[in-house]
Amino acid sequence: MLLQRFLIRLLTMAITLFGVAVVVFVVIRVAPGDPIAMMLPPGATDTDIARLRALYGLDKTIVEQFFIWLSGVVRGDFGTSISLRQDVLGLVFNRLPATLELAIVALLMALAIGGTTAILGARERGTAVEAGIDIASGAALSIPDFLWGLVLILLFGVLVPIFDISGRVSPQLDLPFVTQFYLFESIARLRFDLTKDLLGHMLMPAVALALPLAAIISQLLKQSLKEVLDLDYVVLARVKGFSETQVILREALKNAALPTLTLVGVQFTFLIGGTVIVERLFSYEGLGNMAIDAVINRDLPLIQGIVLVFALLFVLINLTVDMMYALLNPRLRHG
Amino acid sequence: MNASCLNIANLSAVLPNGARVLRSVSLSVQPGEVRALVGESGAGKTMIGKAVLGVLPPSVRIVEGDMLLEGEDLGRLQPKARRTLIGARTALIPQDPLTALNPSRRIGPQMTDRLVRILGWSGQGADARIRQLLDEVQIRDPDRVLKCYPHELSGGMRQRVLIAAAFAAEPRLIVADEPTTALDVTVQKQILRLIAQLQREHGTAILFVTHDLGVVAKISQKVSVLYAGKVVEEAETAALFAAPQHPYTRALMAATPRYTDPFASLKPVDDAVLAGLAAEIAAADQAWRRPHG
Repeated sequence: MLLQRFLIRLLTMAITLFGVAVVVFVVIRVAPGDPIAMMLPPGATDTDIARLRALYGLDKTIVEQFFIWLSGVVRGDFGTSISLRQDVLGLVFNRLPATLELAIVALLMALAIGGTTAILGARERGTAVEAGIDIASGAALSIPDFLWGLVLILLFGVLVPIFDISGRVSPQLDLPFVTQFYLFESIARLRFDLTKDLLGHMLMPAVALALPLAAIISQLLKQSLKEVLDLDYVVLARVKGFSETQVILREALKNAALPTLTLVGVQFTFLIGGTVIVERLFSYEGLGNMAIDAVINRDLPLIQGIVLVFALLFVLINLTVDMMYALLNPRLRHG
Repeated sequence: MNASCLNIANLSAVLPNGARVLRSVSLSVQPGEVRALVGESGAGKTMIGKAVLGVLPPSVRIVEGDMLLEGEDLGRLQPKARRTLIGARTALIPQDPLTALNPSRRIGPQMTDRLVRILGWSGQGADARIRQLLDEVQIRDPDRVLKCYPHELSGGMRQRVLIAAAFAAEPRLIVADEPTTALDVTVQKQILRLIAQLQREHGTAILFVTHDLGVVAKISQKVSVLYAGKVVEEAETAALFAAPQHPYTRALMAATPRYTDPFASLKPVDDAVLAGLAAEIAAADQAWRRPHG
């Protein structure tokens, strides 16, 4: 039964990814802009253009191109980037860790800020503290991540320049890393000087990405907590002698977190989408930044590779959320 | 009256709009005694229980009166001291066993957490104590029950669990808030018998909130009849049933359906009685308002 559910789930994931691949493949070929025209100098002859077109297989029909590409993908070959002349998979895997680190740090920030303010607001419900939290989260939510990025650059990069606003790591540093997960590896190697430098670069883009999500988490979790705090088992816990904070943490939080968890999953995919622009703003060398370059250069194989990896990421996040939901909710586990 | 387990004097509580939901309520519960609080829905009987346990909804404010739990003035204690005192000396048997257990925690820790975390028992001691109580409420497979999540138990089983948890810390006072209302009729009888039995064996005082005069007659020694947050009659249970003094009490008794005559139509409380009650409440409110501006 469980295996069957898992297999069905795996099949849906494959179908989703295939759909994404088809749509992206067609759209970027139908959209205006010719990669070949951008590669050749002005005055190239028609024969040159045709030769290059044939070299990249662009003279075939879209259907033919798709199946040639797909048969490569199945074998792990995503093609060669037109603009960078390198293996697409290698390029993507080189950049993906930077984006993952940024997204994970932003998510942790959002959970910490959103969770703390939600618990505080629920404990101090009906007071000025709750009103203050509502105003702050309203403000954080009404400004999108890229605008937060600009605001932060202006505040802490220009007016009070205390943070680095560009890149992933200070260029003069010697990096001993063997993986692309610089932040995680610096912690694992106990090179906290490097951790500090990496976090210094990551802080502002991460905050920009985290703030809107933190506000959503705060509002939704606080609302669920307030509803749960009126329930009988919470009243019973108060009669037992537990303080309001203990009641929230021990009795209410787990049950109130369920609706929030579903939303965090969806919102986390939006956050990853937001990395594309935010990475650009902060010249952060991640996958999103590379995606923009790929689009500007009409680098078809690279765009396809990046989008497919993003899609895979989103599907995996949804799967994780579903699994965590079952883990947190005993009624689902046995059902 | 330091000998009282619970002594409530002149307790008044208001809603934000100024309406009184408790009207100068006075009552006392002696150690080991069952005091029934009877009245229709909205009469404030549950409110009194919540006031004693310090879990009134935030919109309800106590404006006057004292509550003494074993001589300790609950109103004068700091919140933390009051919480600890209530946790140590009282317990609640809630109305609806389906919503009174946390759906995401196992039964075992929900039963032992007060003993361990508030009263400082050892985990082993608490576990042994809980098993003893489960035996007293006739749960024969404690190993399974303690590992269950609430949704794996029936309503009657959950109420047994809640009763066992309430008696586990040997509280001096238990507030039983309509503990049988949400249960099947057949289970109601067993649960009521169980509460009465544990009450006798443990000598615990109970403030028993109910709307059911039949339950009152079975379980309590004393009764307070409430209407609109006011105690309209107070008596020994036997005396009340033998000779109800207040017209409302008489009307309530007349309104109770009888199994001996199942086809008789139900009698609502008489209009004249309600008018008399309204006048009584108005007079009480006027008398109360004068010194309170």
